[in-house]
Amino acid sequence: MIRLRKLARAASVLTTPLAPEDILSLFNPVFSARQLRGVVTRVVAETADSATIFFRPGRGWKAHQAGQWARIGVELDGVRHWRSYSLSAPAGQDPAITVTDVGAVSGVLVRDTRPGDVLFLAPPQGDFVLPEHPRPLLMLTAGSGITPVMSMVRTLVPHRPDADVVLIHSSRTPEDSIFREELSELADQFPNFKVTHWITGERGRVDFSSPAALDELCPDWRHRAAYACGPEGFLDDAEALWSAEAAVAAATEGSAAGESHQPEGPFAADPINLIIERFTTSLAAGAGHDGGLVTFEASDREVEADGSTPLLDVGEDAGVLMPSGCRMGICHSCLTPLRAGHVRDLRTGEVHGEPGQLIQTCVSAAAGPVNLDI
Amino acid sequence: MAIVTNHEAETTEDAVVPSSGDDAALQAKEAAAAATGAQAVKTRRGALATSGSPLVRPPAAAHLSDEQVAELGRELDAIKDDILAKRGASDAAYIRRVIKVQRALEISGRATLLVSRNKGAWVAGTTLLSLAKILENMEIGHNVLHGQWDWMRDPDIHSTTWEWDFVTPARAWQHTHNDLHHRWTNVVGKDNDVGYNLLRMDPAQEWKPFNLGNPVYNAILAPIFEWGIAIYDLELQDYKEGNKSKEALVKDLKALGVKALKQFTKDYAATPAVAMLTGSGKQALYGTLTANAVRNVWAHAVIFCGHFPDGTDTFTEEMVEGETRGDWYVRQMIGSANISGSRFMHLMTGNLSHQIEHHLFPDIPSNRYAEVAPKVQEICRRYGLPYTTGPMWKQVGSTWAKVFKLALPPKKA
Repeated sequence: MIRLRKLARAASVLTTPLAPEDILSLFNPVFSARQLRGVVTRVVAETADSATIFFRPGRGWKAHQAGQWARIGVELDGVRHWRSYSLSAPAGQDPAITVTDVGAVSGVLVRDTRPGDVLFLAPPQGDFVLPEHPRPLLMLTAGSGITPVMSMVRTLVPHRPDADVVLIHSSRTPEDSIFREELSELADQFPNFKVTHWITGERGRVDFSSPAALDELCPDWRHRAAYACGPEGFLDDAEALWSAEAAVAAATEGSAAGESHQPEGPFAADPINLIIERFTTSLAAGAGHDGGLVTFEASDREVEADGSTPLLDVGEDAGVLMPSGCRMGICHSCLTPLRAGHVRDLRTGEVHGEPGQLIQTCVSAAAGPVNLDI
Repeated sequence: MAIVTNHEAETTEDAVVPSSGDDAALQAKEAAAAATGAQAVKTRRGALATSGSPLVRPPAAAHLSDEQVAELGRELDAIKDDILAKRGASDAAYIRRVIKVQRALEISGRATLLVSRNKGAWVAGTTLLSLAKILENMEIGHNVLHGQWDWMRDPDIHSTTWEWDFVTPARAWQHTHNDLHHRWTNVVGKDNDVGYNLLRMDPAQEWKPFNLGNPVYNAILAPIFEWGIAIYDLELQDYKEGNKSKEALVKDLKALGVKALKQFTKDYAATPAVAMLTGSGKQALYGTLTANAVRNVWAHAVIFCGHFPDGTDTFTEEMVEGETRGDWYVRQMIGSANISGSRFMHLMTGNLSHQIEHHLFPDIPSNRYAEVAPKVQEICRRYGLPYTTGPMWKQVGSTWAKVFKLALPPKKA
């Protein structure tokens, strides 16, 4: 590798102001000096509106852990858009994302991706990963929330005879249920893996308001490390149930004193044994008097915005080509210089704004008139 | 409490079909998006007023009323909006194709020069490299640095990341060119591109005995044009007048030094050094020198055709005082000149042969100028404004005639 880097530096003497990668990209599209890329190797349809896309990443990608996600850049009519998708392939294998068509970007990925296409990538990240040491697990998933959990199941179940995994997966109809066949086959093949396909179209949602439903589906659920991934309401309900159980357990402490266990890995800071993966972040609405005229200086656009819509959405709706990334305030891809005015951080409610400050437009709304340098 | 790891799947930009019965949150988000979409978006047209008039309207546009100029502005805005609405995948494919062709020309040219002891190889290599450098500077570099392709959000083809095969650093050039020249086009005293602080290119510039050398300076400038631009971008005049700090000048000088060293190493040391392996070192050096000179002469010719041929106007500072959006458009049109010719010629000029359209809309993709040109010409005809265009030889001749004529002092009336 070190020799390669030296060679690249030597070659750049001949290619300046380009990088050697710019020349190599003539022959192989994964080369780029600035941007991690991958080539699509295979596309597999999963359900009517979802597909798994396998890709071969270029240099700079790091192998993913089961349960992690990656930002993927896709071009729509010549314009690059970034979204985050969970990786569904098991750890140790070539990466793949499983995408459900819920919007413009995912729609194009599901319908129009072909082998040979180039995807733009950011390395995998996320803390929704397996515990470091074996322990009984309970997975609660709904809809496309199965994706990161599928990676965990594929990593763990076939390779670890000591694994003990219970999966309860909700979907509207059997046809909507991604990975349904593969999950059933794994459950047939490996006695240490149990699956419940919960069809909400027939039975309604799993009832988390009391422990009764879980007691029936997985009697020892209190002793399992739990992972939940799905829509907002589903996760809020599960979280409430686990919190309530933790309170009950604390009240009756002493009787179960002998059972203490050492939390480890991702559970270290989590006394109630539930790890949650959200697909959205909940944003506070701005105060009533907030909002104002947003001016996009370089794009020559101005639009009246309310106090609860992120500036990113305001800009995109106004036809401004806003940089964007995770859309929930964690990746800092959307940073845009503030020229004047104040913004409200929709996560904390804090109002701030210095001229020249870089604003996270995906979680900031106008607090009075705002001028952005874009 | 539970550890919460956040990650986002998708926002709702269009009609949403939730993937399962549990995805009610997405529907709520969709409703919110629809609500913002309903808000009125107003296009803001820069800082210039939409109505009113400058202190003095240029003579070529003196016959137009304020309302006519405002209407002309609206018509040109509509042309731009039309292009922006159409801009998409085909434009992206165009610039990527040009970049590919340019890089292929570049490596094949440089590779051929490595065996340039052979005369045929020398001619072929030098030609390929000259073409590559011209394409890189004109159709790619100039236009990328204008931000014409920023809308793709591709960091590899972006005005903030691009560096070009030209000695002046891209950032320095963007300041003097995009900001100063394009804003103050042909305003004598504000747009230093009128003569580049070296030549007397307008009768309104005071004659000094130094100007007798006008044609000589221009002839020397042509083959080393990239150096002329590099020195020009240092804004030495501003430094002398105290409008540019010493720190800023030192910073610019350092940036130029680094860039020039890299350019020199590539063309005049590394390429000949590798060619020495085949005994072609000297020939390769002549090849890169020639390619740079060919590019310089060509760029000089094209750029001088932009604002100096007969028919282009220059302006006084009174004419920009109180200038409206429409008046700004008028100034760009009557201060610029096009070159007529083949598609290949347009490509090799970086579509600066559509100088008038480029000055009206500096940041629309260059492949769209040809489409815009007939509409602009029609507007000029309807409003009785000059639209200056002509073949290359005629425009070049016209600029040289001006270089000679203005070398001499104005005739006393």
